[in-house]
Amino acid sequence: MCPPSESTVTDSAAARQPVGEPPGDSGRSGKQQRPAKGPAPALAPLEFARWAWRQLTSMRTALILLFLLAVAAIPGSLIPQTRVDPSAVLTFEQQHPTLAPVFDRLGMFGVYSSIWFSAIYLLLMASLLGCIVPRLRVYLRNVRQRPPKAPRHLSRLSAYETWETSASRTVEAERVERLLSGQRRRIAIYPGDGETVVSAEKGYLREAGNLLFHCAVVVVLVGVAFTGLFGFKGGVAVITGQGFSDTLTQFDDFTPGARFSADNLPPFSFRVQDFHVAYQRGGQAAGMPLTFSADLLVRDQPDSSPYRYDLSVNHPLNVDGVSVFLVGHGYAPVVTVRDGTGHVAFSGPVIFLPQDGTFTSFGVVKVPDASPAQLGFQGYFFPTGALSSSGRPYSAFPGPDNPVLTLVGYRGDLGLDTGLAQSVYVLDKSGMTPLRSSSGQPKALLLRVGQTQQLPDGAGSIRFDGVQTFVKLQVNKQPAKIVPLVGVLAAIVGLLGSLFVRPRRTWVRLRDRDGRTVVEVAALDRVTGGDPAAHVAEVSKALRPKEQQR
Amino acid sequence: MTETFAHLSNNAVISATVVFVLAMVAHMLEWAAARQVRSADRDVAVDRVMVGASEVEPGAIPDRAAWTLTEGHGRGGAVDRRLGDGGDVVGTASDEPDDDELERTDRFGRIGFALTVLGVLLLAVGVACRGLAAHRVPWASMYEFSITGCLTASAAYLFLVRRYSVRWLGLFVTAFVVVVLAIADLVLYRPVEPLVPALHSYWLYIHVSAAAIAGGAYTVGALASVLFLLRSRAETRAAADPEQPRTGFLWRVPSAQAIDRVAYRVHAFAFPLWTFAVLCGAIWAQYAWGRFWGWDPKEVWAFITWVAYAAYLHARATVGWQGKAAAYVALLGYSTFLFNFIGINLFGSGLHTYAGV
Ligand code: HEM
Repeated sequence: MCPPSESTVTDSAAARQPVGEPPGDSGRSGKQQRPAKGPAPALAPLEFARWAWRQLTSMRTALILLFLLAVAAIPGSLIPQTRVDPSAVLTFEQQHPTLAPVFDRLGMFGVYSSIWFSAIYLLLMASLLGCIVPRLRVYLRNVRQRPPKAPRHLSRLSAYETWETSASRTVEAERVERLLSGQRRRIAIYPGDGETVVSAEKGYLREAGNLLFHCAVVVVLVGVAFTGLFGFKGGVAVITGQGFSDTLTQFDDFTPGARFSADNLPPFSFRVQDFHVAYQRGGQAAGMPLTFSADLLVRDQPDSSPYRYDLSVNHPLNVDGVSVFLVGHGYAPVVTVRDGTGHVAFSGPVIFLPQDGTFTSFGVVKVPDASPAQLGFQGYFFPTGALSSSGRPYSAFPGPDNPVLTLVGYRGDLGLDTGLAQSVYVLDKSGMTPLRSSSGQPKALLLRVGQTQQLPDGAGSIRFDGVQTFVKLQVNKQPAKIVPLVGVLAAIVGLLGSLFVRPRRTWVRLRDRDGRTVVEVAALDRVTGGDPAAHVAEVSKALRPKEQQR
Repeated sequence: MTETFAHLSNNAVISATVVFVLAMVAHMLEWAAARQVRSADRDVAVDRVMVGASEVEPGAIPDRAAWTLTEGHGRGGAVDRRLGDGGDVVGTASDEPDDDELERTDRFGRIGFALTVLGVLLLAVGVACRGLAAHRVPWASMYEFSITGCLTASAAYLFLVRRYSVRWLGLFVTAFVVVVLAIADLVLYRPVEPLVPALHSYWLYIHVSAAAIAGGAYTVGALASVLFLLRSRAETRAAADPEQPRTGFLWRVPSAQAIDRVAYRVHAFAFPLWTFAVLCGAIWAQYAWGRFWGWDPKEVWAFITWVAYAAYLHARATVGWQGKAAAYVALLGYSTFLFNFIGINLFGSGLHTYAGV
């Protein structure tokens, strides 16, 4: 149980003793100290509050909450999460039309921000704080106190030795004191009637480490929450040769923290000069990317002089607290569309989103300027086009060895004027009809680099000019990320202290008997894992008279 | 060069597997031989805790058998330590067991241990060559997790034998390694492959070595916990029925309490290391993917493992949760660890794409 008071501290220390071992110096056993199981029938509100608080901050509650936290984390690893992979959530919703709404209601697609997950860790937080504060008080008091008196019957301790010596009690007491002091032990001497007890204690750093660890957990969580509140995260795809400037309108997606203000965006900009990628050729791992990196030309301020930056996977760009990461890449086929009147209605690269490891990519070309009617295309890009035995095109390799574009064209109204925001990756076909070949089927256009295809019904033509690449960048700001980092370091240091320091009490009782002195040595570890018997043996070896040495 | 190292690695791993099989057989014979041997501590009340070193005369051990299983390979000074750790095993022997049988039991144990050392050396060569062939840490596929995990687990065992004389874990450790290596060789094997770019970072080296060592220690900790549960069951039964003969291997390993202590020490070693590994992973994820923590399935399960072992450490300090309950929590923690490396690799998705089979 978490000790809200001194008595329970010794209680949990006693509870920690190996089963069957005599209780600690307090002489109380854990059982007697166990708090009442349920609330007594008639508790006044204040008493009830106090009882509830004690329950919340008890060790058993902490244990249960830790279990709950672990269990609650599981669904998020098995069910797709909106924040991790939105498209997987969409797929899941299509595949499980009855289950998905239930899951949605339960927050299963956003487990780690759901009410129940938050409730568990907030309770744990409360329990933790309620645990730390009183323990800190107790610890500070303990540190100032003298090592405790010896239990009445030292011989009951498992680590115990006794012998007689002819040396006088005072002389012997001085030897004991000399032997036990030092080695980071604290000593107290309790003189009594015909006896002297030397108490020694060490290992105070264990509790200090434990407290440091638990405090550090709080610091980490608060730091992470702060970072989330004041930071932001945005994504953008930039075609090689094009630029990006750090303003809201330029992002494809943007998730600000609750307290983030767009004025905080530093006004940097950059151009993606070039993009390099190499793939493994041959072998089982053919097609695996070996390296990729982008050459950026960066300006920290609109009027500052530009510099080059090599952006690669483990090498983000940092400007004024904002970091830019290279998180992906893909192809942007360059097409030129002429409308029915022969005018160039569109020309340029279009981003196609990679669908798999060989970069089969899906994309949409919108041509609002075509006349008499608007044109739209959707289809696939294959960097290394090949035909399967069933005649379906696929990509055999992620590198652009044999670029092929397959498209279906549409004519009509692109729906851009409705005022509703529209994704550039989706073609709204509600106002459009497919361009059909003479057989009446939608006409499949297959293009290689340099090829032009005429569209049916004199709608115009489309030409596949070439292939460019784009990079997917993640831009984010995590203010004060040093706080969780420091917390994490403190946690590890505290943990090491907490696990590897072994508090141990040693007692030596010297009693007069018939002109001789009876020496009793005993030691008690406050945690399991130590070897108090060996320590007692060591002490006894140093103290015993020569002839009694074993 | 790559080809040579890859070849060397494959041969070394297969040889190590064979040697571990032999080591396991030797330890099985040790158990079989021990079935006949009566426990030396028959007269020691089971519920009596820890015989202090004071009660045992190191020079005058009446019963060598009681040693052999707790003993490592004799090292000066090991005696005192052993007394402290497995003290109660060396109880006061009443009836002398048959000397020949003891001799045999011990010999099998020694052979098993020697073979284990050889197996670990071979496996170390195999893992190192795999890394040299691929120019990276051997941790990019389930095959590589398996061989590296076996290496750290068996090396952790060797270390513990030196430190705490835990040769009684020999059968468990070798059996585990044999099963995993056999699966690795027969099912999971993949030729050497390079690393995806996200993995090019020195954080990977730190993260992976910490996780691999922590995993090895968790493995040994879990095996010790299993043995602890078996032994405490035997002790409970014996306490209920004092007349029951105390023969067999379970009576030749240290007391439940001493095993528990070893299990705790191993876990206490592994937990901070695992904490460190998870945190290095977070820092590396920041460089690679632009966020510390994204609740990717691998991250979720690393977190679950962490919480489960934190619960284990709490359980040990909670009234009513010590002993068996805590051991079950430790085993739960280990199963979440395994799930992360088996379940998530097989079924999961996410950014940890290298987590392929
Ligand atoms: C975020 C939640 C928590 C985590 C991750 C955590 C983690 C840990 C760890 C790893 C230890 C082991 C260190 C040791 O054995 O000394 C520990 C010990 C301890 N924790 Fe927590 N803890 C948490 C919450 C709490 C709470 C809420 C309480 C109070 C009820 C608490 C009370 C204790 C105590 C008293 C110990 C010392 C046990 C001993 O001396 O063996 N912890 N904790």
